[in-house]
Amino acid sequence: MAGQPDVDEFSGTETTGHEWDGIKELNNPLPRWWLYTFYICILWSIGYWIVMPAWPLINSHTKGLIGHSDRASVARSIEEAKAAQGALASRIAETELDQVSADPELLSFALAGGRSAFAVNCSQCHGLGAAGSRGYPNLNDDDWIWGGTVADIHQTILYGIRSEHDESRQNDMPAFLNDEILTREQVDDVVEYVLSLTARAEDDAAAARGAEIYAEQCVACHQEGGVGDRELGAPNLADQIWLYGGERPDLVETVSASRRGVMPPWIDRLDSATLKKLAVYVHSLGGGE
Amino acid sequence: MSVQETAPGNTVISWLMGVLLLAGALIGLMLTAFAADPVMEFHGLLFLLFCVGGVFFLIRYGSAKDDGDPSPYQDSVVRAGVIASMFWGIAGFAAGLMIALQLAFPVLNFDLPWINFGRLRPLHTSAVIFAFGGNVLIATSFHVVQRTCKARLAGGVAPWFVFWGYQLFIVIAATGYLLGVTQSKEYAEPEWYADLWLTLVWVVYLLVFLGTLWKRKEPHIYVANWFYLAFIVTIAMLHIVNNLAVPVSLTGVKSYSLFSGVQDALTQWWYGHNAVGFFLTAGFLGIMYYFVPKRAERPVYSYRLSIVHFWSLIFLYIWAGPHHLHYTALPEWAQTLGMTFSIMLWMPSWGGMINGLMTLSGAWDKLRTDPVIRMLVVSVAFYGMSTFEGPVMSIKAVNSLSHYTDWTVGHVHSGALGWVGFVSFGALYVLTPLLWRRSQLYSLALVSWHFWIASIGIVLYITAMWVSGILQGLMWRAYDSLGFLEYSFVETVEAMHPFYVIRAFGGVLFLAGALIMAYNLWRTVRGDVRVEGVAAARPMAAATAAE
Repeated sequence: MAGQPDVDEFSGTETTGHEWDGIKELNNPLPRWWLYTFYICILWSIGYWIVMPAWPLINSHTKGLIGHSDRASVARSIEEAKAAQGALASRIAETELDQVSADPELLSFALAGGRSAFAVNCSQCHGLGAAGSRGYPNLNDDDWIWGGTVADIHQTILYGIRSEHDESRQNDMPAFLNDEILTREQVDDVVEYVLSLTARAEDDAAAARGAEIYAEQCVACHQEGGVGDRELGAPNLADQIWLYGGERPDLVETVSASRRGVMPPWIDRLDSATLKKLAVYVHSLGGGE
Repeated sequence: MSVQETAPGNTVISWLMGVLLLAGALIGLMLTAFAADPVMEFHGLLFLLFCVGGVFFLIRYGSAKDDGDPSPYQDSVVRAGVIASMFWGIAGFAAGLMIALQLAFPVLNFDLPWINFGRLRPLHTSAVIFAFGGNVLIATSFHVVQRTCKARLAGGVAPWFVFWGYQLFIVIAATGYLLGVTQSKEYAEPEWYADLWLTLVWVVYLLVFLGTLWKRKEPHIYVANWFYLAFIVTIAMLHIVNNLAVPVSLTGVKSYSLFSGVQDALTQWWYGHNAVGFFLTAGFLGIMYYFVPKRAERPVYSYRLSIVHFWSLIFLYIWAGPHHLHYTALPEWAQTLGMTFSIMLWMPSWGGMINGLMTLSGAWDKLRTDPVIRMLVVSVAFYGMSTFEGPVMSIKAVNSLSHYTDWTVGHVHSGALGWVGFVSFGALYVLTPLLWRRSQLYSLALVSWHFWIASIGIVLYITAMWVSGILQGLMWRAYDSLGFLEYSFVETVEAMHPFYVIRAFGGVLFLAGALIMAYNLWRTVRGDVRVEGVAAARPMAAATAAE
């Protein structure tokens, strides 16, 4: 090896003269394009450091020539977005709830904002299409437990149902079996009566016994004939729409244990314009009154 | 070198280790007896069993004239490493497939805490990175350092301690995850006691490696060993600093990190990014620098490039971590530095790719005839692709779209499946016949099948994640004409579904390839050789010939 450089036969390039387990190394220079690209990356980085906030100092950092700040730029974007919605946003804040739909421009703004806010805040329970699911009401139909005017809907959204808010819509159906108000047989009878309201009773004698119990225990809220009372949030039992299922076992469970679903209040989480938009949007879904 | 000679130092090491194992058995017993929680009771018992088993191992091998391996090189521990790599590889890929399926079909969580996504995800990442990748690195580094130093591994029975100690760490970490024990740091989930154990194992690993370099009979240290050494040293530093924590009780699993808030985040991603840089890049470049020239039978392209790209890679990588924290509470100047150092890292990374690919000049024809070379070369190509994609994604404007999306997942997997996976497979295909003294692999055709099936799997995986990631990012930032958010989060999740199914299918292919490989290696170890023509090494050509 001494004196005579070792040359690779294929490429004609010198090797470094070392060999490890049969592996040699060629003495090729650095590829030019590689080296220059590396230099360009370094120069670009140095330039970037000069222009942008980059190096830490004792109790500060270099601010960069153009004085860029991510936080300031986010704040600016938010301001711009607010300004772009400005006129309509302030108009909706000033307009009375029931007047929003009178102004077509304002209405389309409220519907767009309501749809977006609904997707983010409400769809988890009520579904993206607001069709609801077991325990979560369908907002597309015209069956309203607490009322379907835009003001009713607004009230429900603001304070929730059986929520911790003082203004919350409240009612409390007893758990008739669990609280030992009725016996198991009496529960079956009253369920038979409720089934008879939608012509599904199988035992007329039981339904008749149930009617008497209904008259004592249920009529104050659910009213004569089971038509319900929106003032009290008592659902209509004579239609075919059931929040927790309308089959016999579902009704036995409801009467025995009660359901007491909860909707949270939104007044402290969303601004008043958004709450208005949500009410208008939900009202527009098909069942609004 | 004489096989039968036993250095007096090795006997001392065996005795020392025996004493430590007995002390360890006592600690294991105490931990089991006084455990503050059931998981520590279980892990104390595992540790006790490990130490008792270790004592028996020492009695069997430690006092013998040799350390269980009569060959001039310590190959038996490398053989064990090859088997462990294959085992953990398949376990890790299977866990990955499982969580990919869980993302596509959430019902597969089965409402069981032990196998829900949150616990299986770290099981997958740790299994593929540390169990599979780590075993490949330990096994290949032990092989390469011996061959390129012409010296037997230093430390007598110590390499076996490294091997078994590392397996114990894996088992403690993995069972801990499944039982809900984690310190919630990505890629550093194991709790304080597992971290302490790994530190001990790792220091012994470093000493074995350094000792072997010290004993070398070559005048110079080969480039692969620089990369291995950088990997071992830096991982020790990263592991120790990021895992600084105070345990709630010395007999309980829970601990609290020494860092909090944004300092914790920055330390974590200094660790996390350099786990990629020094574990998955530097370590595997060590593999590349030995196995590519060895298999191609060509000299390394440029010695000078290997020096320059080694030092620039080592120096620049360590600063790039903040790019994981763009647009967060991390101060903006730190984000700038993270981004610019990532850009500067591009060429140093590519230096390895150039040296790998150009080493084939004069042997390009082997791409057609040798599927093992094909695997190694494609791994280097994937390395080049993902080390370009990385700097691009570190640019803040790009990151504002890509961050938190599946694009990141796709990027990681083009590196993990393409680069780390394929270079490991290539190395294992080269090592197995060599270590078991077989003339050749059982079947090159099966290697070719593995190559094609796994390649299609990778392409499906990363393209699905590109599309879903970009779609996801665009949906998150979509506004309607009146300035309201266009989509809710759940709509973006729904839109991902088809891509999650495609990704899982890619995972099926990658796992299938690994199973073919395991079969092939097993038959090779048995000494079988499949009769196949030259064309059979290429399924395409075989199919054409059959027509």
